[in-house]
Amino acid sequence: MTRFTAAARTAVTHRLFWPAAVLAVLVLGNVAFTPNFLHIEVRNGHLYGSLIDILRLGAPLVVVSLGMTVVIATRGIDLSVGSTIAISGALACLVISDSGDQNSVGGVLVAVGLALALSLVLGLWNGFLVAGIGIQPIIATLILMVGGRGIAQLITDGQIITINSDPYELIGGGYLATFPFSVLVAVVMIALTAFLARRTALGVLIEATGGNAEASRLAGIRARGIMVMVYLFCGLCAGIAGLMISSNVHSADGNNAGLWYELDAILAVVIGGTSLGGGRFSLGGTVLGALIIQALSTTVYTVGIPPETTMLFKAVVVTVVCLIQSPAFRAKVFGRRPRPTPTTPAEPAKIEVPA
Amino acid sequence: MADMSEPVLTMTGIGKQFPGVRALDGVDFRLFPGEVHALMGENGAGKSTLIKVLTGAYSIDSGDITLAGHPVRFGSPLQAQQAGVSPVYQEINLCANLSVAENIFIGRQPRRFGRIDWAAIRRRSRDLLRRLRLDIDVTAALGTYSLAVQQMVAIARAIDIEAKVLILDEPTSSLDATEVQQLFDVMRELKDEGVAILFVTHFLDQVYEIADRITVLRNGRLVGEYPTAEMSHVDLVTAMIGKELSTLEQLEEEQRPELSALESGSPFVETVELGRKGSIAPFDLTIHPGEVVGLAGLLGSGRTEVARLLFGADRADHGRVLLDGEAVALRTPRAAMAHAIAYCSENRRTEGLVEELTVRENIVLALQAVRGWTRPIPRRVQDELVAKYISALQIRPADPDLPVRNLSGGNQQKVLLARWLITEPKLLILDEPTRGIDVGAKAEIQKLVAGLSRDGLAVLFISAELEEVLRLSHKVGVLRDRRLVAQLANTDDLDADRVLQTIAHGSDAASGAAS
Ligand SMILES: Nc1ncnc2c1ncn2[C@@H]1O[C@H](COP(=O)(O)OP(=O)(O)OP(=O)(O)O)[C@@H](O)[C@H]1O
Ligand SMILES: [Mg+2]
Repeated sequence: MTRFTAAARTAVTHRLFWPAAVLAVLVLGNVAFTPNFLHIEVRNGHLYGSLIDILRLGAPLVVVSLGMTVVIATRGIDLSVGSTIAISGALACLVISDSGDQNSVGGVLVAVGLALALSLVLGLWNGFLVAGIGIQPIIATLILMVGGRGIAQLITDGQIITINSDPYELIGGGYLATFPFSVLVAVVMIALTAFLARRTALGVLIEATGGNAEASRLAGIRARGIMVMVYLFCGLCAGIAGLMISSNVHSADGNNAGLWYELDAILAVVIGGTSLGGGRFSLGGTVLGALIIQALSTTVYTVGIPPETTMLFKAVVVTVVCLIQSPAFRAKVFGRRPRPTPTTPAEPAKIEVPA
Repeated sequence: MADMSEPVLTMTGIGKQFPGVRALDGVDFRLFPGEVHALMGENGAGKSTLIKVLTGAYSIDSGDITLAGHPVRFGSPLQAQQAGVSPVYQEINLCANLSVAENIFIGRQPRRFGRIDWAAIRRRSRDLLRRLRLDIDVTAALGTYSLAVQQMVAIARAIDIEAKVLILDEPTSSLDATEVQQLFDVMRELKDEGVAILFVTHFLDQVYEIADRITVLRNGRLVGEYPTAEMSHVDLVTAMIGKELSTLEQLEEEQRPELSALESGSPFVETVELGRKGSIAPFDLTIHPGEVVGLAGLLGSGRTEVARLLFGADRADHGRVLLDGEAVALRTPRAAMAHAIAYCSENRRTEGLVEELTVRENIVLALQAVRGWTRPIPRRVQDELVAKYISALQIRPADPDLPVRNLSGGNQQKVLLARWLITEPKLLILDEPTRGIDVGAKAEIQKLVAGLSRDGLAVLFISAELEEVLRLSHKVGVLRDRRLVAQLANTDDLDADRVLQTIAHGSDAASGAAS
């Protein structure tokens, strides 16, 4: 019994507990409305099911949120990911539609390569503004957030470019060995990010820079290099998501592709337990956060919430999630149990997850 | 001391548990009106925790608090303030980007016609600081001032609050002797007005000078409460550490190499007219391998500025630096570190530690930065290095995976020191390395520095404690008004008085030992 309570306490204090619990509640809530929600089957050699849909549709957000996580860990923010998504998808579709044979694998690879290269350039631009010139991240990336839509429009010439390319379609809508390809891409990106962050020293250097920039400089960390790297990486992630999204709908829409993605990504990061104040970050939390947001969108459809209240519903859930994660809030609401010690003296009411 | 009849504050059976650490265990504490009461104990004994529990910064697990006869339990420092308990915490928590005046009055701005009366804020701030004999521009951002000034501002803020109980947690850790005296003057005035003052320090002399009674904590437990007059130095130290202290004497006995012998070799670092406008006038300074050069001077005399130039933390706009005889550009800390220079900043909170990272991560941070991100230090090597310095510097609790912010102030300081020691520098710049460190550990650290210098390390040593500078250095550089005015060989006839004379006159009063 005591062993059990001890184990339960360890679980509850684990930093991934609350995001995981919320995700579980969302999924179970769906089961109540759609009894076969958890059902997964193999049809035509492809995995099918609502859960698979959440993973497949959530893949772009997961990837973007990974980039956003490391940016936020340096105490930055990248508002331009939505625009980068549009630009990357637009460029890829343009190259493919201009090539003679839309189904040529070589042509698609060139298109993908160009789109990702451009995304890296955009990331570099953000990094340059933030680290090189010293503009505040929110302003620096706002430039590309606004300007980027224009660039995407230029690329698509104000039209929606529709393409018909089987190899390109694989990225966002296809399957490989029964698994949705986009999910595999996301898994690879998660593994890559985790490797870079935890098997090299990048993670701790990023956390140090975000946690205390001046102390890090005096400890010899090249903060600028780190900053450029994280914005570069975030650009790449957005570029990949842009490919997935445009591939899934066979078209590029400079106006609407990736619209409000930056907000979803920031939310995913925050729900996952990474503080907007920089420092410690949690990749696992971010992945859960992104899945929560996707599950929420799915829930809106399965539960049949009227479209005009969708946004409100999302907002309510997100607020609840953020509140539940705050130790100060839990202590107030769930009564007299010994409070978890405030970690920062003199700021006892500090809420780790700003709502 | 005023009447001993009724304590203004009593704490009984106070308990506080942190995950894995019992910080306070059934502690009793009494404070009488009109007394200065020293709270003593080793690093991590629970002094700051007792203060935070009292003022509502931490919640309390068990025990009772009575203030002026009424049971109280504060939910926040603000409530405590309103009830007449005014604390200055160990780690200054003011806003570096606000002005000095704003910091003093934040949260309680005087108003006129419903609007904040800025003129009054500035005027009263100036008056308050003048009471501490500090004449500075109160409209400048707090962050532009040295740690000592920031400390004085925090004190000014606390004494302006009409308080029954004034709490000062290590207020003197970064102050020079003169500022300490000014603070003591003010404390005596307040005491005469009947204010009860709780005072934490690791300087025994200060305790004997100002405190009426002493309460000693050890490992979160109460050892005892004593009238200062009835407690000898030795007894006090024994009560604090639980055994007798002997390391200090050992240091005196060990033979220091002669300065002349050291200076016959070629210097490791030599500055030629190195300077920076508005920060420090051009100076020439040499440090040889194995030599400890101490810097002495008053508040704002430019000691830290010398250190920052040598480390590339600030960029010099004048002169050159030669390392092993070759001119080098020390434009960034990174460049200096590439030349095996290390700088342990006086301000561990803002310029030193990354509080949310663990002890391990903080200790290896500089070494990791030098290696670059592609070559992480293998976990096994980290473990060895960290374990070595946790035991060498007696870092408590000895858990490398604890976030640094959970450590007591003195233990945080040791973590910062460890960070630079593992980089194996050739020149180690120490700015107040023993700030907030208890008597026992301080002696250990001094011994360590002396030992390293004997092995050939060049050291630049800055401390507000002149005795410490004299005990360790071969040569003492004296600064005044941001100018290096003299360099005194630390021969037998050099004592604190002569250094103070030199500071006062701006040149060596005695025979020309200047180089
Ligand atoms: N927020 C916290 N979380 C966990 N442990 C803590 C926290 N604050 C303090 N501790 C632990 O409580 C003990 C007492 O710490 P405290 O800061 O009161 O020591 P102190 O007597 O003030 O020491 P110092 O002289 O170094 O300032 C230490 O073991 C410390 O590690
Ligand atoms: Mg303390």
